[in-house]
Amino acid sequence: MPDTTTAIPPQAEEREFTVAERSQAQLVFRRFLQHRAAVVSLCVFVALILLAYVGGWLWKYDAGQYTPDNSVPPSWEHPFGTDSAGRDQFAQVLRGTRISLQVSVSVAILATLVGTLWGSVAGYFGGWVDTVMMRISDLVLTLPLIAVAAMLAHNFGGTWYLIALVIAALYWAYVSRVARGVVLSLREKEFVEAARALGASDTRIILRHLVPNALGSILVNLTILVALAILLETSLSYLGFGVTPPDTSLGLLVSEAQTALTTRPWLFYFPGLFIIIIALTINFIGDGLRDAFDPQQTKVRQ
Amino acid sequence: MTAVETQTLLSVRNVVKHFPIRSKGLVRRQIGAVQAVSDVSFDLAEGETLGLVGESGCGKSTTARVVLNLIPATSGEVLYKGRDLTSLSRSDLRGLRRELQIVFQDPYASLDPRLPVNEIIAEPLRIHGLYSDGGRDKVRQLMQTVGLKPEHGNRYAHEFSGGQRQRIGIARALALRPKLLVLDEPVSALDVSIQAGVLNLLDELQAELGLSYLFVSHDLSVVRHIADRIAVMYLGQIVEIGTAEQLFTAPAHPYTQALISAIPLPDPRKERARERITVVGDLPSPANPPSGCRFRTRCPKFANELTTEQQSRCVEQPPELTDRGDGHPVSCHYAESRTLL
Amino acid sequence: MSEQIDLAPQRRKGTKGDVVLEVSGLDVSFPSGDGPVRAVRGVDYTLRRGEVLGIVGESGSGKSVTSMAVMRLLPTTARVSGEVRFDGRDLLGLSETEMTRIRGSRISMIFQDPMTSLNPVYTIGAQIAEAVRAHHDVSKQAALDRAVELLDKVRIPNARDRAGSFPHELSGGMRQRVVIAIAMANDPDVIIADEPTTALDVTVQAQIMDALSAAKEETGAAMVLITHDLGVIAGQADRVMVMYAGKLVEVGSAEDVFYTPRMPYTLGLLGSLPRMDRPSERLTPIPGSPPSVVNMPPGCPFGPRCPKHTAVCDETEPELRATTGPDHLAACHHAETLAGASADDVFDTEVADAQALHQLAEEGRP
Repeated sequence: MPDTTTAIPPQAEEREFTVAERSQAQLVFRRFLQHRAAVVSLCVFVALILLAYVGGWLWKYDAGQYTPDNSVPPSWEHPFGTDSAGRDQFAQVLRGTRISLQVSVSVAILATLVGTLWGSVAGYFGGWVDTVMMRISDLVLTLPLIAVAAMLAHNFGGTWYLIALVIAALYWAYVSRVARGVVLSLREKEFVEAARALGASDTRIILRHLVPNALGSILVNLTILVALAILLETSLSYLGFGVTPPDTSLGLLVSEAQTALTTRPWLFYFPGLFIIIIALTINFIGDGLRDAFDPQQTKVRQ
Repeated sequence: MTAVETQTLLSVRNVVKHFPIRSKGLVRRQIGAVQAVSDVSFDLAEGETLGLVGESGCGKSTTARVVLNLIPATSGEVLYKGRDLTSLSRSDLRGLRRELQIVFQDPYASLDPRLPVNEIIAEPLRIHGLYSDGGRDKVRQLMQTVGLKPEHGNRYAHEFSGGQRQRIGIARALALRPKLLVLDEPVSALDVSIQAGVLNLLDELQAELGLSYLFVSHDLSVVRHIADRIAVMYLGQIVEIGTAEQLFTAPAHPYTQALISAIPLPDPRKERARERITVVGDLPSPANPPSGCRFRTRCPKFANELTTEQQSRCVEQPPELTDRGDGHPVSCHYAESRTLL
Repeated sequence: MSEQIDLAPQRRKGTKGDVVLEVSGLDVSFPSGDGPVRAVRGVDYTLRRGEVLGIVGESGSGKSVTSMAVMRLLPTTARVSGEVRFDGRDLLGLSETEMTRIRGSRISMIFQDPMTSLNPVYTIGAQIAEAVRAHHDVSKQAALDRAVELLDKVRIPNARDRAGSFPHELSGGMRQRVVIAIAMANDPDVIIADEPTTALDVTVQAQIMDALSAAKEETGAAMVLITHDLGVIAGQADRVMVMYAGKLVEVGSAEDVFYTPRMPYTLGLLGSLPRMDRPSERLTPIPGSPPSVVNMPPGCPFGPRCPKHTAVCDETEPELRATTGPDHLAACHHAETLAGASADDVFDTEVADAQALHQLAEEGRP
């Protein structure tokens, strides 16, 4: 028999990988690229971030800086016009965008972290742990969001990170429900049983196996949270319970401009437009991510 | 492959596992129980392979999981080297996990899709704090041992074929150098040409590492190939247990005979000339098993050969699993060995 | 009683041995992101009245797709070419309505999952009776009686009571037998059974195979039996076709294929099967795994896994050619060299890396 061993061609193993095999991340990325609206949205969103941070830094006027031109409509000198005090509205909107983005991204990250852990622990252990933990998040979910946020923000608010904290404290419960749902189905999988058979602790199973596998759904949810948070922050600032001057945000800009809606409409429309663009692009990105992570999506494009 | 060791490694004593059936609604009273495993006992010697065969719903996989304490037993003892696993504390059990490992049926579901293969194999080492001591090399060595290329270690499980994935599962189970491997249908999800590779690998590992196998399968041909002794299960009970030789040359329980006779041989002349023993009907519900002998409702002997008087014994008296002169224990009042192959 | 005799299948004029189905040059491909998936490549076969033709192959070999293409049951994205002649007509050219008529009554298909062929909202008796009435102008009661008789023929206990059951009230094995009973009522010329026993327990498998034999006896239909189980093929098939990577690689009588295989793949497959009828011996696994049918390199698709592999195997893909007899075909450049060889003469049985394993064993010793 020894002569036959040499006859086995050495490339046998290599031939098994003839089709370019892709890692999970590559597959997700490829499917994401198939979602046109999501790709366009992602480009717009990235451009917006660059504009807000780099553009704001390069632009000739600083936010809050008084210029000699009062109440000028949009022009090459002041693309978004100026307000009655002579402040350049373009610089103001860019700063508002920065703050609004910071608030919403912080909310999304904080709420996702807390919510994911909360939901995973509840879903993994089940039984009374699950019951108690989920009743608590149900309670948070039943609170009238705007009213509570307004009350909390009024007492503790003012700066952007405190506003973010308040909103996150209300939104984590949504995430916990999503995470629990995913973990409930994951914990029945054989690889979880395999980890248990190896002697893995509960913490290890949750953090190393359950959470990473739930990441797809959680990431999709995170994008939606960003959009929700930006809208809630806008509402709060508009109502006067959010970010307070000298800080500014898109919501605050809209609120300040409402008295000038007929006389200086550019002050109102530009921050409003930015809010809509951010919320819209993020929703599309979320859509694209959901499709990309959904393994059932095996459509063949012809 | 004939084991001569007499040292008993694992001893399963009167294990019972009932899954409660609860009523719907708020109170969820228990209204019954699925008797998945009813009073199962067997021994496994060091270096030996015991095959646990039966059709779906016979309780073989549940038995395997109870042995590993992945599912708590309702009653009974699982003695590993004389220590009862069912009564150990969680931390004591964790230490023993190193010696008892499992390979699962589905090589797709049993590997975490988010981890690269070398991390999957390193997982047991990390859990037991052994990775820092040359873990990387150990993983490479394990991959090589089961016939995988260590260079492929950073690929993900879905990039491998079914047979390769099952090897990954085996490498993971071997990482802690266990004494006993529970193999739960390890080859039934694989194509035959691939299945043979995994079976040969298991043979080689056992010969070199002195492992004991508890091999759970529905496939009698595979079990005959790999097992030294075989226990046949039906509706949560062992109906016949003996060496592979005894069971295939002189099966004495009508169910074993029906099973052997139902499996087609890949040999046209032999297959077309064989005697057939057919079983009628379907498996009764394990929530409400028949009285007396559980197999009597489908038993060809009961239906065709026994007198009414003899039948009443099957209905009233559950047969015990004892040697009735066939050289090995059988649980049938009217056991009679036959030659079928 | 006289009515029941009327309802028994009417033997068509054809005699045993007439060709009923002829497939030539059948090609099936599916578009995919990486290029076309060539699931079936140039399959030819003829099916004769009264015979059982077994198609074996492992997952992905194209054995099921071949028959789905014949039945025109593939999704619309599939590209099918070639010719399927049944009763003098090319099935691939028929309109959907004509095809539906043929599928109902002339060719019956039995799938792995019986629920694909059963209607969940009608009782099984009604479903069989409907098939009976589609072919015979009889009263409802007579059709139902015939349905009960057919259920009895496929060995369903208490057939008369069972006729009133809905599909979901039956076990998998029972459902499959109902599907076979419906096929019998349709009295087809061809029965295509695609992995009819795969999801079932062995004792139930045996019952299904008995029911299939009964259906074949009753209707005199020719049968195409698709399975990965060589044991089932050995017991049932008159002729066997072995498929690999979308092509037929060996065709012959059951005896030819099982006792004198001339394609290394077939030999390896037989050698890799553990046998219940003899004490254990080394199995001969086939190294590697089947090639992907996307972007297939030239040459023999089995080449990379084949111990008989030489340079010519990489250059030209071998065609089927006669070997031990005119009806025993194999697609291998080296078919003759397999004469008298057993699987473990040809294939290597070692799997583990002996050195690594030995090292592992050494480290484990106290």
